[in-house]
Amino acid sequence: MNKPMIKFVQGNEACVEGALYAGIDFYAGYPITPSTEVAELLAAKLPQKGGKFIQMEDEIASMCAIIGASLTGHKVMTATSGPGFSLKQEALGYACMAEIPCVVVNVQRGGPSTGNPTHVSQGDVNQARWGTHGDHSIIALTASNHQDVFAMTVDAFNLAETYRTPVILLLDEAVGHMREKLVVPEKGAIPLVDRLRTDVGKGVDYHPYLPREDGRLPMSDFGGDHRYNVTGLFHDMWGFPSNNPTVVNGLLHHLVDKIENNIQAITRYKEHFLDGAEYVLVSYGSSARSAIHLAKNRRARGERIGVLELQSLWPFPEALIRDRCRGAKAVVVVEMNMGQVMRHVKAAVDDPERVFLANRIDGKLITPTDIKKLLRVIQGMGV
Amino acid sequence: MSVKDYLRERYFPHMWCPGCGHGTVLNSLLRAVEALGLNKNDIVMTSGIGCSARISGYVDFHSLHTIHGRALTFATGVKFSKPELKLLVPMGDGDALAIGGNHFIHAARRNIDMTAIVMNNRIYGMTGGQFSPLSGLGKKATTAPYLTIDNDFDVVELSRAAGASFVARTTTYHALEAVDLLKRAIDHKGFSVVEILSQCPTHFGRKNKEGDAVNMLELYKANTAKIGSKALKENPALLARGIFVDENRPEYCEEYEKIIQRATGGKK
Ligand SMILES: Cc1ncc(C[n+]2csc(CCOP(=O)(O)OP(=O)(O)O)c2C)c(N)n1
Ligand code: SF4
Ligand SMILES: [Mg+2]
Repeated sequence: MNKPMIKFVQGNEACVEGALYAGIDFYAGYPITPSTEVAELLAAKLPQKGGKFIQMEDEIASMCAIIGASLTGHKVMTATSGPGFSLKQEALGYACMAEIPCVVVNVQRGGPSTGNPTHVSQGDVNQARWGTHGDHSIIALTASNHQDVFAMTVDAFNLAETYRTPVILLLDEAVGHMREKLVVPEKGAIPLVDRLRTDVGKGVDYHPYLPREDGRLPMSDFGGDHRYNVTGLFHDMWGFPSNNPTVVNGLLHHLVDKIENNIQAITRYKEHFLDGAEYVLVSYGSSARSAIHLAKNRRARGERIGVLELQSLWPFPEALIRDRCRGAKAVVVVEMNMGQVMRHVKAAVDDPERVFLANRIDGKLITPTDIKKLLRVIQGMGV
Repeated sequence: MSVKDYLRERYFPHMWCPGCGHGTVLNSLLRAVEALGLNKNDIVMTSGIGCSARISGYVDFHSLHTIHGRALTFATGVKFSKPELKLLVPMGDGDALAIGGNHFIHAARRNIDMTAIVMNNRIYGMTGGQFSPLSGLGKKATTAPYLTIDNDFDVVELSRAAGASFVARTTTYHALEAVDLLKRAIDHKGFSVVEILSQCPTHFGRKNKEGDAVNMLELYKANTAKIGSKALKENPALLARGIFVDENRPEYCEEYEKIIQRATGGKK
């Protein structure tokens, strides 16, 4: 049966459908609200396709297990929320260093600490970027509705395999738990990426960590013909530990450049009513739903308001933001944290003084009215 | 094949101090693998961080040198995703039972098929001689200048209680015995643990006045005895060596195959 399938599901289920579509073979996780449905659904669905689901003893173990499974050539994912995402950070850095494709879903809830487990937040944006120690680069995607959760999950797998890197999918409690329509496209409608595998033959010296001219490194599955070393230490082209300054310098540049140099290919976004917009709302995730709602309503009344919806947050789409905000009377960043993306928008635009923050940090979804109130102040129309 | 064929000579000389027991463990392990006639492509060695953990760089298997304490979790991902592979997981005492203690008991509880080798020098060697959960009472370490007050684990009893289906113990003095025990452990289906007391003359030996490597080896000889031996009967204070647990119990990956059968209605 290969035709589109219409479902009415939670965002977490849309994520699972996306993962299955992308070809997930292996999931390891530890339950945590509001991400648990991802694990529950995959516990049922993975064995139905011969895949593997394992509930590990904690989030560290889950992160490490998916890295191990990726090395045998499988498409892997784990899902968690704030406290669990904190626990995963060391192993996430390992995946950056050893260049292991994997997908890490963080359905954000209020933090810090145990915080607000059942309520929405977008407080982990910067943690996604800098949660693990040391210079590195990372890809983080996000989505505001179930169709996009599905598409971004597929993209997360594709980007992980393309760039040999962990990809973080930053969802939030509102999107994760809300129900809406999802159309699962027929097989083949969205292209899937399989990792590049080496064509170096058996018995020929294979250099697992020697990038090709295009920066990519063909992999060889554990259990295959090539036996090599994988380590979180700085390493040479064979994967053997090295602290040779040239090797260290080269590897760190490679890890950062392979992502930062491809920012255009990685950037995902949507434009809503942006043509001729005097006021640009920059938003993402469930906040973007309210921003879009407001823009749509106000456009109908002749106000020139548009939304730039970010679907990739890291690497930060600086050039895109500068371009789309150029000439705007004001830019309002709509998010549910204390300005994590706003600061980067300020740094990106020509006129940072015209960037404002419309936020909520009380566990409640930001509403179109919340945004409108701020907009009226900016427009000099009082409170 | 000779033992040398299992080494990555490119990476020698190794990083261990002269007299370190970890090299002896490597030797015994390779002899066990050779005796079993295992194919190098079928073996994955996963290790954490520590002097002990560096062992994975020197072997010509698929090798995964990971982060401190988590070797068994990476190994679980490798094994569970590709059960036909043989997993060898050497760990330091701190690696296995301090930071990695939770993973250790859970891997044992699952009875997932892999061999955990605890290279027990009763000290944090790599970081310069701090006490570990296996140091035991009244020991000197850089972080125990007034002697330790921390009780230690008994690796054998801990492994048994956690559900390991094969548990053995030996020392680097008994290198041939170690070959035999490792062979049995690797051949065993399920979670196997081999604790090998391995001297760290640089830190534990020096701080605790156990002398040089030769002296420490002599102590292993003097202070241990085989299970069932006359020596042990006459002096129960000696540390027992040998096989403590060897049982056939459902293995995790095989049990999951049954889940796949159930989930697919037998179509897979
Ligand atoms: C998360 C983390 N904490 C601490 C360390 C520092 N560290 C490296 S090795 C080690 C202990 C090594 O002792 P052990 O596992 O017994 O191995 P040995 O060196 O004695 O063989 C420690 C604490 C680390 N690398 N990572
Ligand atoms: S410090 Fe101790 S454990 Fe580490 S290599 Fe030296 S002797 Fe071996
Ligand atoms: Mg030690």
